[in-house]
Amino acid sequence: MLLEVKGVTKKFGGLTAVDNFSIEIEKGTITGLIGPNGAGKTTVFNLLTGIYPVSSGSIVLDEQDITNNPSHVITQKGLTRTFQNIKLFNNMTVFDNVRIGHHCRGSSNLLGALFRPPSTRREETEMSERTMSLLEDVGLADRKDELASNLSYGMQRKLEIARALASEPKILLLDEPAAGMNPQETKELTQFISNLKDKGLTILLIEHDMKLVMNICKKVVVLDHGAKIAEGVPQEIQSNCAVIEAYLGKGAAKCSQ
Amino acid sequence: MNDIFKNKYLLGVLFAGLLLLPFIAGDYLLRVIIVAGIYVILTLSLNLVTGYTGQFCLGWAAFYGIGAYTSALLAINLKLSFWIGLPLAGIMAALFGIALGIPTMRLKDIYLAITTLGFGEIIRLLLLNWSDLTRGSMGLPGIPAPSIFGISLDNNYFYYYFMLVLVCIVILAMERIIDSRLGRALSAIREDELAAKSMGINTTRYKIIAFAVGAFFAGIAGSFHAHYSSFIDPQSFSFSESTIILAMVVLGGMASIKGSVLGAVILTLLPEALRDFSEYRMIVFGLIMMAVMLIRPQGIWGQSKARTASIGKIMLKAKGGAVKDAVRG
Amino acid sequence: MLLQQIINGLAQGSIYALVGIGFALIFGVLGLVHFAHGEVYMLGAFFGFALISVFHLGVVPSLLIAIIASALVGILVERIVFKPLRKAPDVAPMVCTLGLSVVLQNVAMLVWGSDTKSVPDVISGTVIPFFSAHISTSQILIFAISLVLMLALQYILYRSKLGRAIRATAQNKEAAALMGVNINKVISATFALGSGLGGAAGVLVGLYYNAFYPTMGFMAGLKAFVATVLGGLTSVPGAVLGGLVLGVAENLGAAYISSGYRDLIAFVILILVLLIKPSGFFGRSLQGKV
Repeated sequence: MLLEVKGVTKKFGGLTAVDNFSIEIEKGTITGLIGPNGAGKTTVFNLLTGIYPVSSGSIVLDEQDITNNPSHVITQKGLTRTFQNIKLFNNMTVFDNVRIGHHCRGSSNLLGALFRPPSTRREETEMSERTMSLLEDVGLADRKDELASNLSYGMQRKLEIARALASEPKILLLDEPAAGMNPQETKELTQFISNLKDKGLTILLIEHDMKLVMNICKKVVVLDHGAKIAEGVPQEIQSNCAVIEAYLGKGAAKCSQ
Repeated sequence: MNDIFKNKYLLGVLFAGLLLLPFIAGDYLLRVIIVAGIYVILTLSLNLVTGYTGQFCLGWAAFYGIGAYTSALLAINLKLSFWIGLPLAGIMAALFGIALGIPTMRLKDIYLAITTLGFGEIIRLLLLNWSDLTRGSMGLPGIPAPSIFGISLDNNYFYYYFMLVLVCIVILAMERIIDSRLGRALSAIREDELAAKSMGINTTRYKIIAFAVGAFFAGIAGSFHAHYSSFIDPQSFSFSESTIILAMVVLGGMASIKGSVLGAVILTLLPEALRDFSEYRMIVFGLIMMAVMLIRPQGIWGQSKARTASIGKIMLKAKGGAVKDAVRG
Repeated sequence: MLLQQIINGLAQGSIYALVGIGFALIFGVLGLVHFAHGEVYMLGAFFGFALISVFHLGVVPSLLIAIIASALVGILVERIVFKPLRKAPDVAPMVCTLGLSVVLQNVAMLVWGSDTKSVPDVISGTVIPFFSAHISTSQILIFAISLVLMLALQYILYRSKLGRAIRATAQNKEAAALMGVNINKVISATFALGSGLGGAAGVLVGLYYNAFYPTMGFMAGLKAFVATVLGGLTSVPGAVLGGLVLGVAENLGAAYISSGYRDLIAFVILILVLLIKPSGFFGRSLQGKV
């Protein structure tokens, strides 16, 4: 198991946003996290990435406990995410955005910056090469010197994913990567994510696009009101009563009580 | 505008002009330019923290003052040579920079602005009230001029060329920092601190580094100023001074080395040109700050779409997030 | 002695409170700091000074006119600085009001000279014994007028349509606009209220110490801001409490520790608050949604 989440709970004052959430993610798989709006999916991401501290529970990545670690440490340890609302560095170029992703895999600091010893220069060259290679993978190489804010929405999403990939994560958390994309773009994205998995990356993704989820996810976890209400392969989830009720309301699935 | 600097011929002419300046300009103009040089360093140092890293800092004169007093006191009390006092002044200022950076690392925008303002005032009050050390409002007269092998270097030629060397070193250092892993991390912090953290950047550490490096340069400027002017007092390092330096950053453009140089030079030469109207000096500074913000917030050479995280927007999100989500469905 | 210091502190604190309320109102509605608010206080003081010493008006009419004049100045500042910069990054209004404060201070110096002015005895110097200490008439004036003004503000905020509109805008600008609130009017009214109170504070403090000088706004503004932060940045009662606490702390500190470092106390409190509980007494924490 690459990622083991055990009994994670998050309370904001009196409100329980995430309730005793557990999940085990196998290396090299794509797992889907779905649920109606407000179910707590992004909150789970925020807990996994150290943006919020957990109220209780534990998160173990590759046998290392990352519960309540600061965000930057979690990224260094191999867990990177993208954001629902796209948080790119708007006034930096496409190239620079991706290059920043490499930050945690480099080590040159103030002295390196000032004196530029061979080790720093080597590191810079390697970073630039990796950045170009990632940009080519997502098809943004020809726009590398443009400001990130000038890209179209779909391209910005791709850029954010490229930036996340630059941090060489063991597991990538994608928060609604297909949001706002047309069917063609979604198809390309689906293929892209699938390719990432084939290269050995583990992925956990939040999505509302069911076609995408059912297509590439090996396992799907369903969240409603902060609690896990179902877990299984896509076919099971699609016919799961509780899941259908969560999305469509009570009585929609005519489940036996 | 950038193309001017790509023209090597023009750059050469500029450089030659700078080298020959003391022989062309009169004594008075030379002195003004030396002072401009001090402000160039100060402006660059503040720009590193405020422009590049996005940490709005209002008490910058404090580091200038710390550097000046450190160097002056070491020279007067311990008879330490200027050549040792200069770097020590920078280091002392850097230590205070770290001391300021640590408690303020979690603060943003307004909170940070007021806290740094408060810090500036605390330093000024300390310099003013700790008379045993600093002679309070009487200031420190008789700061020895730099000398080498016993020969006094107390002439404008030395000060000018040394200032030129210092400015070049600072500009080179800034350019190297900006174009490095460290510099990119600083820019990322400015653009979106949360995203920066999520990309593995230890924002606390880098903010402190920015403060330390910026303060170091400001301290060096302070040391130079102390030995050049041979007299300092707490009044020279007041909030007005911090405002002037900020005005230079703003006018020239945040996150722009060329902008800082230009801003500092313009706002040093301008009051001199208008010497007959010296009582309007601060008013002009204030009006320039207002005008720049209202007409062209990015300053002369700043990036064209300087967008910083808006506390107003964050508050609206926190309060109105529920409404937004309901509307979005 | 202790009681005296506390009384003095409460008087000074009431002044901080009045100015601090202005910061709280403006920050609550706009989310921005008004760096020239201290200068509005200073202008209010000078209006009062001019009205009393030049036009020989009584204290109360001068105060009222100064309040109105300050309110107008506040609206003017909003129109010139804040409105055009509504879409600009947050540094813009901060830098702009900083510049404005410098301009106002120096213009005042040019117009009135930088020396400290005083008015001939307008308030009698009588002192009334109060337990082991005494209260002066000017202190009574401060307490009385501050109370009246704060009650008036309470009334406006909680019993009038305008007040409801202001509170709604402070909570959720977009929703308020959708409900038909005229945001521009609300913002102008907020500035008018805050600036009017600030101007009143200026007149009161000028009379209390019988000292009017162009740079009086700088320190007072800064300390009032500390009071507002102490109170929770967006909370009006918080600003009041913060102001009083700051006034008392300053006086006690100056009396028992050292008077030279008096001004330091405000900043020490500021740093402590920001380190320990940034949301102050009554503020809410500003955790944005990710």
